[in-house]
Amino acid sequence: MSKMNEADVRAEVRAWLAANWDPEMSLVAWRNELVDSGWGMPQWPEKWHGRGLPVGLVRAVEEEFANVGAVGVARSGVRLLAAATLLEHGTDRQKEKYLRRILTGEDTWCQLFSEPGSGSDLAGATTRADLHGDFWLINGQKVWTTSAHHANYGLLLARTDWDAPKHEGMSYFVIEIRQPGVDVQPLKQMNGHASFNQVFFTDAQVPTDSLVGRVGEGWKIAMTTLAHERRGADGLNVPTRKGARAGRMYEEERRELETANQPYKWYPQRAGRVDLILDRAKETGANKDLHIRQEIAKLMILAKSAEWTARRARAAQQQGRPQGPEGSLGKLAASHVARACARVHTLMTGTDALLSGPESPRNGIIAEILISVPAISIAGGTDEIQRNIISERVLDLPKEPRFDTGPFRNVRRN
Amino acid sequence: MQFAFTDEQEEFRAATRRFLQEKSPTTEVRRLMETSEGYDADTWRQLSDQLALPGIHIAEQYGGGGFGMVEMCIVTEEMGRALLCAPYFSTAVLATNAILNAGTDAQKANVLPDLASGKRLATLAVTELNGQWNPHAIELVATPDGNGFRLQGTKSYVVDGHVADLLVVAGRIGGTSGDDGLALFTVRADASGVERRLLPSMDPTRKLARVDFRGVHADLLGSGTDGAKALTRTLDQAAVALANEMVGGAQTLFDSAVNYTKLRVQFGRTIGSFQAIKHKCADMLLEMELAKSAAYYAAQAAAAEDPEWPALACLAKASASEMYLHLAIETIQIHGGIGFTWDNDTHLWFKRAKSSEVFLGEPYYHRELLMQRWGV
Ligand SMILES: Cc1cc2nc3c(=O)[nH]c(=O)nc-3n(C[C@H](O)[C@H](O)[C@H](O)COP(=O)(O)OP(=O)(O)OC[C@H]3O[C@@H](n4cnc5c(N)ncnc54)[C@H](O)[C@@H]3O)c2cc1C
Repeated sequence: MSKMNEADVRAEVRAWLAANWDPEMSLVAWRNELVDSGWGMPQWPEKWHGRGLPVGLVRAVEEEFANVGAVGVARSGVRLLAAATLLEHGTDRQKEKYLRRILTGEDTWCQLFSEPGSGSDLAGATTRADLHGDFWLINGQKVWTTSAHHANYGLLLARTDWDAPKHEGMSYFVIEIRQPGVDVQPLKQMNGHASFNQVFFTDAQVPTDSLVGRVGEGWKIAMTTLAHERRGADGLNVPTRKGARAGRMYEEERRELETANQPYKWYPQRAGRVDLILDRAKETGANKDLHIRQEIAKLMILAKSAEWTARRARAAQQQGRPQGPEGSLGKLAASHVARACARVHTLMTGTDALLSGPESPRNGIIAEILISVPAISIAGGTDEIQRNIISERVLDLPKEPRFDTGPFRNVRRN
Repeated sequence: MQFAFTDEQEEFRAATRRFLQEKSPTTEVRRLMETSEGYDADTWRQLSDQLALPGIHIAEQYGGGGFGMVEMCIVTEEMGRALLCAPYFSTAVLATNAILNAGTDAQKANVLPDLASGKRLATLAVTELNGQWNPHAIELVATPDGNGFRLQGTKSYVVDGHVADLLVVAGRIGGTSGDDGLALFTVRADASGVERRLLPSMDPTRKLARVDFRGVHADLLGSGTDGAKALTRTLDQAAVALANEMVGGAQTLFDSAVNYTKLRVQFGRTIGSFQAIKHKCADMLLEMELAKSAAYYAAQAAAAEDPEWPALACLAKASASEMYLHLAIETIQIHGGIGFTWDNDTHLWFKRAKSSEVFLGEPYYHRELLMQRWGV
């Protein structure tokens, strides 16, 4: 492959945007053009809506988009986890059917992995898929499923063989959510929102061509999804848009984001809103307190270092070097940042931290931060699981002893 | 901003590391820390002749390598890793930068080639008996006298002050305070009225001296008595270099801790198979990588003269100090009883971690300075 240089890429994107970008287009029409051009997902292969660009150059493309205020492909929610998994393991027919509509934002996805009996230990899933002619019949229950209430499709991990060892008896499916036999029930969270759900399956049907990979490969494929989920949680921000924001498309995009982000309404708080800290310190006068100044400095040092660590991981990738340990540390770092941030917000807010609602500081935002933080160290794999991954896969320390070998049927479970 | 080292920088690092591995095994560290000079003249000559390390960041016109902050920090990181006992920080980082920042062209041309070639040693004397690194705390008095100045006062905690040939001294014109009237001076260590004494210190791998100046003749560095800027800049550069030295040292501790967990067997299994130990190691790695990112970023920012770099120097110094000491403590913990013995090497780095926490100012001081520089 010839070496692509950043200046050329920037020039090409700029020219393409100059010729095509029009904020008065409809969102879906624009996104379809974008998908055809390959600039929406430049790191993807050319055959599948991309340009085969090295990962390191993606940022340059994003910045060019941001410079003119151009809208990108749909990214929120589980969409990109689904896309990454399908790109790696899906059939051509599946890629054709799903990838474009993921990028245009026409479909919303959810991740049906966790069950009441298996969260950290995902391979303990007991939702079953049984083959009946052209269909798999799904029975069982998933839980904590973010966005299931407005998703068209789900990534489903289900057990297809009860006599195989735990990790070998599972398969991976794409399932249509809006069909008979799938019952989505909102689940109220400790912060009062209901962004996740319980999902019950009673003889729900999945056509055989919606199996991803082969029967029994479910665990291996789920690892792809999880790796992307962790990477996505490393706290790196996408560039913000600078250009003018008037136009039909912005309005449509705003509405799309409102729906897509509704489950995450409290999630802007996921990183604990480090961005507010320095402003808030001046606003509350906490910047005059020597003790609080120290705590703010500690938090900012942590947050900045986490951001630079994620960038180092990306830069290593760009240079074709192995990512190094920085990559797998991102999620754990984000969790530390969120907790530290909540602590400092409380310190600065003082007694007002007791309030929520319109009378509380910053119209409730601070209260939301304080009561939403525990999610960060649980969702997408707990801190403890991240530490296991780091110690076993990065540091090569011995694996945990196992008590769940042999046929899954005989394994102790909840 | 660069988030990865270039291939050339990686090669330079590898060469430096190979050299230090060979010259600074812990047997050598232990031998040198017991001597009063604290370094090996042959090794110093070789690292000057073969690798040209003392002048790495000095411009070529003054006999240096013409590289910058990033390369200097690669050197300090590798020296921290190997715990090299040598007057590098004093000569190359402190004194050389002070001269680069404050000196006139003529002074640079006069002094720097000898420092670059490793022929002469130098240091920077800032702190006094009160132990403060804030330039405002400087009380040593400089009085104009004919073609130079006379210095009266005492400097303490001067790194390698007992072996330096040249002392760069921070003083002030009598009756001034704050940034006003601060200046840097050069003094020959053998000038009359200079009295030096090696101080017994907790970290014997970094030698400290007390230096009395009794009406010593000194030359002004630069052309005016507005040395506060140059001094602050020098201390900021030193903080960045020290942060990098610390992350290098922490890496050695971390590697030894992880290796030990794979060897030591208790309850019929290696201790590395216990989750409490595995999680401790994962947390140590995270902490170290975060501090490393800050140290690298600060070095890049300083090299690029990013306006924010002085703030980032404080950030990196505070972060690395806390991390280094914590990793040292955890490394001893992971080693158990043997970790608390003289024969185990961990305490060598533990002591360096402890001295680095205080050297150039404690984390508390740097966090406060960070906030001030951010305008909070
Ligand atoms: C806001 C939010 C959104 C979520 N969204 C989704 C979603 O969209 N789709 C989905 O499938 N799931 C989702 N989840 C579920 C999430 O992935 C699980 O909750 C999480 O993986 C933990 O599993 P668990 O709740 O069963 O806890 P458990 O696995 O029961 O863990 C309980 C405790 O034991 C610890 N523990 C467990 N195993 C080990 C071990 N081997 N070593 C050390 N400690 C261990 C855990 O760290 C934890 O502290 C979401 C969760 C939250 C909070």
